[in-house]
Amino acid sequence: MTDNHTAVTSSHGQGPFIAAIDQGTTSSRCIVFDRDGRIVSVDQKEHEQIFPKPGWVEHNAAEIWTNVQEVVAGALDKAGISKEDVKALGITNQRETTVLWDKATGEPVHNALVWQDTRTDALCKELGRNVGQDRFRRETGLPLASYFAGPKIRWMLDNVEGLRQRAEAGEILFGTMDSWVIWNLTGGPNGGVHVTDVTNASRTMLMNLQTLNWDERILSSMDIPAAVLPEIRSSAEVYGYAKGALDGVPVASALGDQQAALFGQTCFSKGEAKSTYGTGTFLLLNTGDTPVNSYNGLLTTVGYRIGDQAPVYALEGSIAVTGSLVQWMRDQMGLIKSAAEIETLASSVEDNGGAYFVPAFSGLFAPYWRSDARGVIAGLTRYVTKAHIARAVLEATAWQTREIVDAMNKDSGVELTALKVDGGMTSNNLLMQTLADVLDAPVVRPMVAETTCLGAAYAAGLAVGFWQDTDELRANWRRAAEWTPRMDADTRDREYKNWLKAVERTMGWIEEEH
Amino acid sequence: MAGSIQSVERAAAVLRLLAGGERRLGLTDVASTLGLAKGTTHGILRTLQQEGFVEQDDASGKYQLGAELLRLGNSYLDVHELRARALVWTDDLARASGESVYLGVLHKQGVLIVHHVFRPDDSRQVLEVGAMHPLHSTALGKVLTAFDPVAHREALEVERQRFTPRTVTEPDEFEGVLDITRARGWAADLEETWDGVASAAAPVHDRRRMPVGAVGITGAVERVCEDGEIRARLVAAVRDCARAVSRDLGGGRF
Repeated sequence: MTDNHTAVTSSHGQGPFIAAIDQGTTSSRCIVFDRDGRIVSVDQKEHEQIFPKPGWVEHNAAEIWTNVQEVVAGALDKAGISKEDVKALGITNQRETTVLWDKATGEPVHNALVWQDTRTDALCKELGRNVGQDRFRRETGLPLASYFAGPKIRWMLDNVEGLRQRAEAGEILFGTMDSWVIWNLTGGPNGGVHVTDVTNASRTMLMNLQTLNWDERILSSMDIPAAVLPEIRSSAEVYGYAKGALDGVPVASALGDQQAALFGQTCFSKGEAKSTYGTGTFLLLNTGDTPVNSYNGLLTTVGYRIGDQAPVYALEGSIAVTGSLVQWMRDQMGLIKSAAEIETLASSVEDNGGAYFVPAFSGLFAPYWRSDARGVIAGLTRYVTKAHIARAVLEATAWQTREIVDAMNKDSGVELTALKVDGGMTSNNLLMQTLADVLDAPVVRPMVAETTCLGAAYAAGLAVGFWQDTDELRANWRRAAEWTPRMDADTRDREYKNWLKAVERTMGWIEEEH
Repeated sequence: MAGSIQSVERAAAVLRLLAGGERRLGLTDVASTLGLAKGTTHGILRTLQQEGFVEQDDASGKYQLGAELLRLGNSYLDVHELRARALVWTDDLARASGESVYLGVLHKQGVLIVHHVFRPDDSRQVLEVGAMHPLHSTALGKVLTAFDPVAHREALEVERQRFTPRTVTEPDEFEGVLDITRARGWAADLEETWDGVASAAAPVHDRRRMPVGAVGITGAVERVCEDGEIRARLVAAVRDCARAVSRDLGGGRF
C-alpha cells in the first residue's frame, strides 16, 4: 500500500508549489503547498530547549539553521519534487527570539534568547525609568516586558565580553529568527541579505509604528548601535535568492507566527480576527491601515505589509493559560487521561454546577495585567463534581477570549462579526460551541489547520505572482465547520457576571514584594 | 443490601473470579469456588458469553474474560480522542472529494455523528455533530454493522425502517449487503436513506483491530455517482482517509 503522503501527492499533479518554513519555539517545519493552498508534504524536527537558570530559555541558533535545511530537504523529498518545482520560499517564525552573530563567520556569539526568557525583567524596569512600563508604548505599541527583542539585544551587549565594541565596529548582526534564516538561506557570510519584515520588527520595541523605521530615540535610550540592525522590509517581497540546496529559489516572505496565522486565515479586512488555540491563545484583530492605541492592555502591532502597499495594523491579545489548563488537569490533577477526554468529562453534565475556574497561574494578563493574582476555583459546593470542574476549565478559555474581544472592541470600536479559529483545541466541539455562545458570534474553523505555514506560503506566493491578489487567496479559504450561538442572552449575561466575580477573587493574592 | 439483584451479584462474582488467579476456569471450578449449582453457573456464564464479557475456549471448554470487557475498561477509545486524531485527515478528505465528511460511532441503536466537515464550497451548512443516523441504511451504519458484532446485533434487533424505495429491510438481503461490505472493505448508500443523496464509508480500526468507527463522504447522487455506482476515485479517497486515521490510532498497516 502507498502511504498517505504519496497518495496525496499524486492527486496534486506536478505543481508548481510554494514551500513555507515555520521556525517555531519547539521545532522547525517545512510544508509544501499547492496552488489551492492544500498541503502536499510536511517535515519537522525539534530542537533543544536550553534552560541555564530558572526563567532563562535559550536555543542554539546553529542547530536551528541545520534543522531548517534538513526539513526543507525532507519536505521536498516527501513531496517527490525538486527545487525547480518550488516557485518561492516563505518564512514564519517564533517571534521576539533574539540572536546576534558574527558577520564574517556566521557564528552566533551567544545562544539565542527565547521570547519566554525573563532575564531582562530587571532591565525592563530600569528602562522604564520614572515613566514605567508604557515608556515606549506610543511609538512601538508595546509595554516594556521581557518578551521583546530590544532589551534582549542590550543584555547580550552588556554580558558577552567584547561584544559591544565589535557591534559598534559593524562586525555583529542582530536578527529575530526570520533574519537569521533568511541571511543563511541567501548565502550567509557570502552575500547573505540582512533583512527583517515589519511584523517581526514590530516586536523588537525598536521600530516606530508610524514610520516603520528604527526609532533613533529608543535606540539611544536602550543603547543599541544601529549598525547591528537589519533593514526593515515588507512581509511579501523577494528579499533575495537561495544559495545551496535551493539555489535560485526566491526567498519571498517573512511574518511572525501569529501574524502569519492572521494572513493564512485570510483576515484581510478591517474587523476580521483570528484566534489560535494552543497551550496559550493569541487573538489578532485586523484594524486596517491605522495603528490603534490600546488603553485596555492589548498590544498594537503590524499585521502585515504586502510589497509597497500600505501596512495593515492589528491589535493583539494573548491568554497565557488555555490548552495548558487542560494539560494541568491531565498531568497534575490526573482527572483525565488524554486532553481530548476533557470534553467527554465536561459533556457528562449540563452546566458548570456553579463552579468557575480562573487559571491565573502566573498572574492575570490582558486586559488586567495583575501580577499579584493567582488561580482560583470559585463557587464550590458539595454538589460540584469533577465533571463540573472540567466544564469550568473549558469555559475559562471561552470567557478569557470574551474579555480580549471586549477590550478590542473598546479600543478599536470595531465589532467582531465572526471569529476564525485554528490550533489544536479546535477539535474540541464543546469548547467551540461554548465560545460561540459566550461571544454571541459565529465561530468558524477553516479547512487547513496549518494556517501559520499557509500564511507564509501565501505571502511568498503573492510576492512572485504565483497568486495574483488577496481576493484569490480568499477564494481558497474553505469553511470546515461553523458553530453558531445558542445561549440565551440572560444566561450569557448572568454567567459573564459570575466569571467576572471569580476573576476579582484572584487579585491581590501575592503580597507586594519590596 | 436493599434492591440488589442476586443474579447480577453472582455474575459479578464470576467475572471477579475469572479476572484473578488462574484466569481460565472450567464450569466445575467456577461453580465449586463460588458455591453455586452447576446449572445456575452455566446459565450465568452463557449469558455473559452472549454479552461478550466471557469467552469459552473451543478446545478445552474453559472460560476466560471476553473482549467486550476491554472496551468498557481503560482501552475504550474516547470519541473525542477519535475526533482529534481524525481532524487533519477528514479535512483533507473533504478537500480531495469536494463533499462533506462524517465520522460516526455506534451509539445505542444507531450511528452517532462525532465529527462533521463541511463540503468545501461557500454554501451555508449546519454542523451535525451529535445527530443520530440509522444503522441499516447509511454507509456509516452499514460499515459499523458489518465489522462490529455489537452493532450487528443492534441492527438486526431494531426495526429497519423503509426510508426510500431503495432501502434494504429484509434480513437475508441485509446480510447479503453486509457480506459485500466485509468483502470489499467499504459500504455505499445509494439513495437508501435520503432521496438524491449518496454516500460511501470505510471502517476505522484501533490498535487491537477493533472497529471503533466509520468515516465517509456524503453528497448529491449526481456528483458522487457514475453509472449508478459511487465514483472509484471517491471510494479510494474515503479508504485512504480511514486507513490514515487507523494508522494514527496505532491500527497498523493495511
